[in-house]
Amino acid sequence: MSVLTVVEVTPAGRLGTTTHTQLSAASALDPAITALAVCPPDAADAIAAALGELGVARVIIVENQNPAALLSPEVDAVATVAARTPNLAGILVPHTVDGRELAGRVAVRLDAAVASDAVALEIEDGVVIATHSVFGGAYAVTSGVSAGPLIVTVRPGSFSGFEALAVAPQIERETVGAVGPAARMGGVATAEASGRPDLRTASKVVAGGRGLGSQENFALVDELADRLGAAVGASRAAVDAGFAPHSAQVGQTGTTVAPELYIALGISGAIQHLAGMQTAKTIVAVTKDPDAPILRLADLGVVGDVFDVVPQLIAALDARRAR
Amino acid sequence: VKIVVLVKAVPDTWDARELDPQTGRIDRSGTPLIDEVGERAIEAALAHRDQGAEVEIVALAMGPESAREVLTKALALGADSAIHVVDDALAGSDMLRTSAVLASAITRTGFDLVLAGNESTDGRGGMLPAMVAERLGVAHATHLNSIEFDGASLRGQRQIEAGTVAVEAEFPAVASLTEQAPEARFPNFRGIMKAKKKPYERLTIGDLGIVEPAAGSIVHAVRMRAERVGGTTVVDDGTAGERIAQFLADNHQI
Repeated sequence: MSVLTVVEVTPAGRLGTTTHTQLSAASALDPAITALAVCPPDAADAIAAALGELGVARVIIVENQNPAALLSPEVDAVATVAARTPNLAGILVPHTVDGRELAGRVAVRLDAAVASDAVALEIEDGVVIATHSVFGGAYAVTSGVSAGPLIVTVRPGSFSGFEALAVAPQIERETVGAVGPAARMGGVATAEASGRPDLRTASKVVAGGRGLGSQENFALVDELADRLGAAVGASRAAVDAGFAPHSAQVGQTGTTVAPELYIALGISGAIQHLAGMQTAKTIVAVTKDPDAPILRLADLGVVGDVFDVVPQLIAALDARRAR
Repeated sequence: VKIVVLVKAVPDTWDARELDPQTGRIDRSGTPLIDEVGERAIEAALAHRDQGAEVEIVALAMGPESAREVLTKALALGADSAIHVVDDALAGSDMLRTSAVLASAITRTGFDLVLAGNESTDGRGGMLPAMVAERLGVAHATHLNSIEFDGASLRGQRQIEAGTVAVEAEFPAVASLTEQAPEARFPNFRGIMKAKKKPYERLTIGDLGIVEPAAGSIVHAVRMRAERVGGTTVVDDGTAGERIAQFLADNHQI
């Protein structure tokens, strides 16, 4: 039984932020990890060394001679390595935009089933079983495969606890060159760094809704978030009204979050929104509407004006910090 | 340009959605809607036609009888014809099988460009367009916030976690659009009346003759999350901000 774990390499040639999740997920199935990284040739040495230092037992580095081709070299590399791996039970891929499409194309190429957005993994009689969270955590569905390996995309942040083993890694190098039809990529325009944690994996989220009233007023959400070291979220209504960028949208059609703390400001709690945050451990809500559905979920609900309550809260936090 | 637009009938995201506890399949007994991001894909095709280009738009859906509604809407918006793959044997198909069925229907009708939403609001896999591209043996240029095309190629801005990437691809190709792409127009009365007369083809698995995938997903268990029990609700008496700070401190959140 063997499992291949694909690790993310950024356009700059470094290990991606999903690496810890990937290695943690892999070690849940087998502590002797085989990691596969497809990277630009000039980054190959650094990536191999970094994975070795992390305690990956077997590192397969595939040098990508055609990094401008959208995912086609990665698909070739993963499918080729998979095809010659005996007793392959699973391939773990990060559940990112690139990772999902890589998993999908590899699944077709290998004629193997694919499981998307896994939050838990186990192995039973050599078969990988994945648990997915469906409809924003309303359901947990556990699924396996009728035959062959299971290709799994792993939700970033859903696995942790990977500890490096002190091993001398076995490092294999190969190259992938000519590719089939592929889109060509230009440079990456990096998203403006807000200095705030990533919404998907943040332990605290402060989100604002239509109740904020305007884009200017939405700064109150940012201010509270920065006091708490939280990520900023928004309801779809607030995004549609132009108060917050689409990337901040939490809900059924935006990002699904499961933080330790979720503070909802001026959000009534349409099902659309609740489905994206209802698995938060602790929920605090401030809304003017005493009948707002979010109050039925909140551990602490306040019926009041966000423009009174939130400045007072910020002052109280500052006062506590000063003590 | 011949554009096949993939549309999906999905449960309304503004309603509670359910899974069948036995099969793990989505409850599709309610009236489905056209997935909004798929409407945006139709809009991109229509916008190209508005610029004076010769465009043939085929709306393609795989789904139960009720998916007819969403294809009718696609026709009312301006698609020229519709293909509905409908077969009881397709219920519960996983992505591997769905991609085989769609690719087969696309090959049968022919295409320069396949356009879709980047991910459906129910399945949310976000990989089906790429899987269809793999089956068709063409490039995928997907998760695009914007798209432009001519008779031979497309360009767009791909949204990834780290930012956006400019991408371009020659036809034939598969492209998908995100929620950032322009919203669809509303169908007008003339469009709705004309929709009833446009070609509407129904296909079964037998018509497509797909090669069944070697493997499939098997659902082992479906667990429903326990209903969340709410806590305390207070009306602000002028001290609610303080109270939240105390609550956060008591819960070790600050």
